[in-house]
Amino acid sequence: MTDLDIARRHKPRVWTNPVVYFIVLVVIALMLAPVLYVIVGGFRTNSQITVDPSGWPNPWNFQNYAQVLGSATFWREVLNSTVTAAATTIGAVALGLMAAYVLARYRFRGRGALYALFAAGLMFPLTVAITPLYIVVRSLGLMNTLPGIILPQIAFALPTTIIILVPFLQAIPDEIQEASFIDGCSRLGFFWRMVLPLAVPGVITVGILAFIGSWNGYLLPLYILNDQEQFTLPLGTQAFASQYSVDTAKVLAFTSLSMIPALVFFSIFERRIVGGLTGAVKG
Amino acid sequence: MSTSESTAADARGRKLARRDGGGSTPPPSSRRRPRPGLGWRGRVEVLVLVGPALVFFLGFVIFPVVMAAYYGFFNWKGYGPATNFIGPKNYITILTDPEFQAALGHNVFIVIASLVIQGPVSVLLALLLNRKMPGRSIIRVLIFVPYVISEVVVGTGFSLMLQTQGALNDLLRNLGMTWAVHDWLADRSIAIWTLMAILTWKYIGFAVILFLAGLQGIPEELYEAAALDGASYWQIQRRISLPLLGPTLRIWAFLSIIGALQLFDLVYIIWGQYVASTAGTSTMVTYMVANGRNAGNFGYGSAVAVVLFLISLVVALVYQRFVLRRDTDGALTERGDA
Repeated sequence: MTDLDIARRHKPRVWTNPVVYFIVLVVIALMLAPVLYVIVGGFRTNSQITVDPSGWPNPWNFQNYAQVLGSATFWREVLNSTVTAAATTIGAVALGLMAAYVLARYRFRGRGALYALFAAGLMFPLTVAITPLYIVVRSLGLMNTLPGIILPQIAFALPTTIIILVPFLQAIPDEIQEASFIDGCSRLGFFWRMVLPLAVPGVITVGILAFIGSWNGYLLPLYILNDQEQFTLPLGTQAFASQYSVDTAKVLAFTSLSMIPALVFFSIFERRIVGGLTGAVKG
Repeated sequence: MSTSESTAADARGRKLARRDGGGSTPPPSSRRRPRPGLGWRGRVEVLVLVGPALVFFLGFVIFPVVMAAYYGFFNWKGYGPATNFIGPKNYITILTDPEFQAALGHNVFIVIASLVIQGPVSVLLALLLNRKMPGRSIIRVLIFVPYVISEVVVGTGFSLMLQTQGALNDLLRNLGMTWAVHDWLADRSIAIWTLMAILTWKYIGFAVILFLAGLQGIPEELYEAAALDGASYWQIQRRISLPLLGPTLRIWAFLSIIGALQLFDLVYIIWGQYVASTAGTSTMVTYMVANGRNAGNFGYGSAVAVVLFLISLVVALVYQRFVLRRDTDGALTERGDA
C-alpha cells in the first residue's frame, strides 16, 4: 500500500503540477475572456467602448442592464423561450422514455429495426429537413406559434433521448424485473414503480440536453417565427443586436442576460450531464 | 456493499474486455429474458408506448426528409402543390454553381481542421484534467461554459469583439503588437481561420467532457499496475489511456464531422447570408438558406438539403464501415451493459 502510494505520488505530482496548472489557467482564461468581454462590456457606456474598446468599465454603469431588465420585450422572450424549452423537454423525455423502455426491455420482432430507425434519426438533423418541415408546420396552421417549434423540436430530440436512455434501462438487472413479476407486477406496473425511479439519472441527462438544445435553438425559430411577439431569446437577441446596432453597450447587456439561464441550468446539473454521457448507471 | 462492489468491478471488467477484443460475449444466464414472445397484451403495450414517439418521429423527421427529396425535383415557390416538375435540373444547377462548390470546399476544410486542431488539444486537456487536483470540478464546468452558451450569443459577442475597431485589435495595439492587427471577419485569407478559432472555442468543451467521461471508464487497477511496473506518467497515458480512449475518440470524430458538414448558426449570425460568401466562410447550409428560403425557391432549397444529406450519409456510412465498426459491432445485437 505504501509502496503504491509512493509510486503513484512520486512521478506525476511533484514536478508537473505547476505546469499543469499554468496550462489549465491559460485555457480557462481563453475560454472565459469572450464571455467576460460580453458581461463586463454591458457595464460600460457606448463612449467608453468607442474610445477604448478593450478597457474596463470606468465608472461602472448599470443603466444598460437596468433598461434591458425593465423592457417588456426581454421578459416576453424569456417567457417564450422558457415555455418552449420546458414543453420540448417534457415531451421529448416522456415520449423518449416510453419508447426506450420498449426497446430496452421488450422482445418482439422488429425491435432491432425500430432501434435502428430511431438511431438513424441522428443522421437527419434539422438542417436537412428544415424546408419541408416549414411546409408541414405551415399546413398544420402552426406558423408563428410556439407549438410550431415545440412539436418538431420534440421529434428531433427523440433520437438522442432514446439512444442515451436505452442502455440506462437495459442496465436495470433482470432479477429486479423477475422479482416484481413474481410479486404480481405487470410490465407497465414495473415501468412506473421500478424503471422510472431507477432511470432518473438518465432522464435528467436527456432532459438537460433537450432543454439546452431548445433554449439555444436558432434555425427552426428563424423559419417558423416571423412575429416579434413570438420570438424566443436567440431570435430576440439577434433582432435586438441589429435594431440597436449602434448601441453596443446595450446589445452586450442584452446578450449577457440572455445567456444566464442556460449557464445556471448547466452548472446545477453539470455532473448529471457528464454522468449521462458515460452512459452507465452510477452506483 | 461488498456484492455491489464486486458487480460494479465485474461490469467494468466486461466493458473493458469488449472494448479490447470486441468479440467477448456476456455470460448468458443473466441475459436471458423470462419469455421470448409477447402475448396480445404485450403487443398492445408496445404499440401504446412506442406509438407516440414513432408518430412524432415519422411526421416531423422522416416525412419532411422524404418530402425534401420529392420537392427537389420541382421548381416550386412554396405555395400550392408542386406541379412544375423539372427533373434533375435543380441538382445540376447546384453541382455546377461555383458558389456551392466554394461552400462545399469550406465545409471540407472545416471538417479536417476541426479534427486536426480540436482532437489533439482536447485529448491533451482531458488527460491533464483527469488528474486528481484541487479545483478540478470547477475547471471542468468552466471549460464547458462556451458549449452551453447559445450560438446567437457567441456570434453576437464575437462579431462585436472582432470588428476592425473592436476589443481584440485594440488589445493588440495596446500590447504593441500592431503587426497582429487584422480585419478578422472580412479579410478573405483570415476569415475562415477566425471561424475555426471560434468553433474550437465553442465546441472543445464538449470534446473534453466526452473524453473525461471515457477516461473515467478505465479501471484504476490498470494505472496502479503500470505504476508498480515503473511506468512514467506519459508512458501510462500513451500505453493505457490513449488506446482505451479509442472508442470515445472515434465517436467524437463522427459527431464532429457531421456537425462540421452541417454548420450553420454561427456563420449565419456572424457573417450573414451575403458576407459569408465574400468572406469565404459560406457553408452548404448557409447556401441552402440563402438560395432556398430567402430567395423564395423552396424546390431548390430542398434539393440543396438532399445533396447535403447524401454527402453526410455517404461520409457516415464510410466512417461506420471502416472506423466505427468494431465499436458498434455488438451495440445493436448484444443486450446488456453499455
